[in-house]
Amino acid sequence: MSLWARITGWIVLIFGLTYFALPLLGLTEFSLKARRGVYSLDAYTKIIGDPEFQATFTYSIMMALVTILFGVLLVVPTAYWVRLKMPWARPYVEFITLLPLVIPAIVIVFGYIRLYNTSSWLPMTGTIMGTNLLLAFGYTVLALPYMYRAVDTGMRTIDVATLTEAAQSLGAGWATILARVILPNVIPAVLSGAFLTFAIVIGEFTLAALLNRPAFGPYLARIGANKPYEPFALSVIAFGITWGCMGLIQFANRLSKHTKAAQ
Amino acid sequence: MSFLDISHLEKAFGTNRVVKDFSLSVEKGEFISLLGPSGCGKTTVLRMVAGFEQPNSGAITIGGSNVVGKRPNQRNIGMVFQAYALFPNLTVAENVGFGLKIKGASKAEITARVQEMLALIGLPDKGASYPFQLSGGQQQRVALARALAPKPQVLLLDEPLSALDAKVRVSLRNEIRAIQRELGITTIFVTHDQEEALSISDRIVVMNGGIADQVGTPFEIYNRPSTRFVANFVGQLNVFRADEAGRIGGVSMGQGDFAARPEAVHLGRASGADIVLPATVTEVHFLGSVIRLTADVAGTRVSLDTFNRADAPPPEVGAVVELSLAARDLIQLGA
Repeated sequence: MSLWARITGWIVLIFGLTYFALPLLGLTEFSLKARRGVYSLDAYTKIIGDPEFQATFTYSIMMALVTILFGVLLVVPTAYWVRLKMPWARPYVEFITLLPLVIPAIVIVFGYIRLYNTSSWLPMTGTIMGTNLLLAFGYTVLALPYMYRAVDTGMRTIDVATLTEAAQSLGAGWATILARVILPNVIPAVLSGAFLTFAIVIGEFTLAALLNRPAFGPYLARIGANKPYEPFALSVIAFGITWGCMGLIQFANRLSKHTKAAQ
Repeated sequence: MSFLDISHLEKAFGTNRVVKDFSLSVEKGEFISLLGPSGCGKTTVLRMVAGFEQPNSGAITIGGSNVVGKRPNQRNIGMVFQAYALFPNLTVAENVGFGLKIKGASKAEITARVQEMLALIGLPDKGASYPFQLSGGQQQRVALARALAPKPQVLLLDEPLSALDAKVRVSLRNEIRAIQRELGITTIFVTHDQEEALSISDRIVVMNGGIADQVGTPFEIYNRPSTRFVANFVGQLNVFRADEAGRIGGVSMGQGDFAARPEAVHLGRASGADIVLPATVTEVHFLGSVIRLTADVAGTRVSLDTFNRADAPPPEVGAVVELSLAARDLIQLGA
């Protein structure tokens, strides 16, 4: 690499870092200024001590876990079947899984409310449990592009067809093949999908607000409109969670190298 | 009725007929090879026996019961794949025990059988290893053990040696044959390598264009090929047209084409040889115990093998020699 290219590389890198890091630094710095004249963690202690924060955060974590479960149950068999039996359908399935990126969440949630309101044929919004379920379905849809891509990429690294046939010749049925052969070999991919889903669900506002569920996203918005320092502390916490998830993806990928065979 | 019976099997993918009226009877404990070039339908036949493909028509019976329509996991068949197909997330022992676990065998039973199988394939200490820690040959042996562990009725081997290097290939094929003999398991082996098929089979089915061209013992297939394709595909061959053979050998041969294996042609006048051909040596390949010569006989290329003898150096390129062969060693070729 020539000296000039190297210098350009560094300039671009420093510019990028400044672009992302400066606002973050400012944000963090401001969130520490709740007490006049000194840096303190007052905003953080206030937030973390807020019972509503604890309730909404726990709720969102639970919803994220349910969403991940739905996502895995929906996406792993689908991606497997498309790879195994319907490779011609892959572009269509990919297109469908991309739709949530172009259809705004507000459209999805209004559709849900119209279809499943209390006077509809399936009044899911009539009960708290039903609404929670609807919200989890909605989250599953929002996370679909990431989950599907992650799992599909994971399946590319194993010889799905031959492994399936090997298991079949040993007497295994479809459920056994999925649970004991396919899923364990795409676990790292499923985990990256799961962490992305987690990050999406934790911060999601539209679905939760319009279905009127006590999730973390609406709480974040409400605090942001009413408090001076706390929203910034919350933002820092939210960033921390997202980065933690990204770190876990890396960790899961590294962990997998010990158990997975070279193909 | 034989143990494994395939009758009038037909299979087409779209308009492409890959298997045409294929019939084969396999006795219990027999080792059968399906031999042919790629695309001849041999793997498709195997996959229909395994249940991975459904025939368009025809029947496959194993031990007297028709298996067509049964799912692969209901057929009690062991299969070994070219790509090993070991489960990467399981240890060697777990791989071998997989079929037994699915059958619901007890833990003690599985452990005992896995140990027995690992001893059989000569890897008794590798139970705790993962597949990626083994060499290709070891992985394929584990795959064999995995296929055999649930005591299948039939063992199917789909080009199991193709991904291995030459030396491992030879030793593993001998090992496969020894294990097959020891267990007495009915086996179908698919290969495109004629040497492999000749060396380990009880009988060989030579396939061409979806048809079984010839079924016979390796000895029959090699020495009495019934079609031109079989003669050409199995072993090396010198082909003469009948009139050519008459002209150069001075004998009347009747109709059709004739062929002679390189080892049937002798350098010089051999006793018992009734056809003598004047020839010019064009190539000499010294292969150690065997010397392979190529000679020009009135415009026809003839290759022959002679054993190396320390007191008789091979002829030089360009030397004029006499070749001889016995008329009974000539193979008459069909159309």
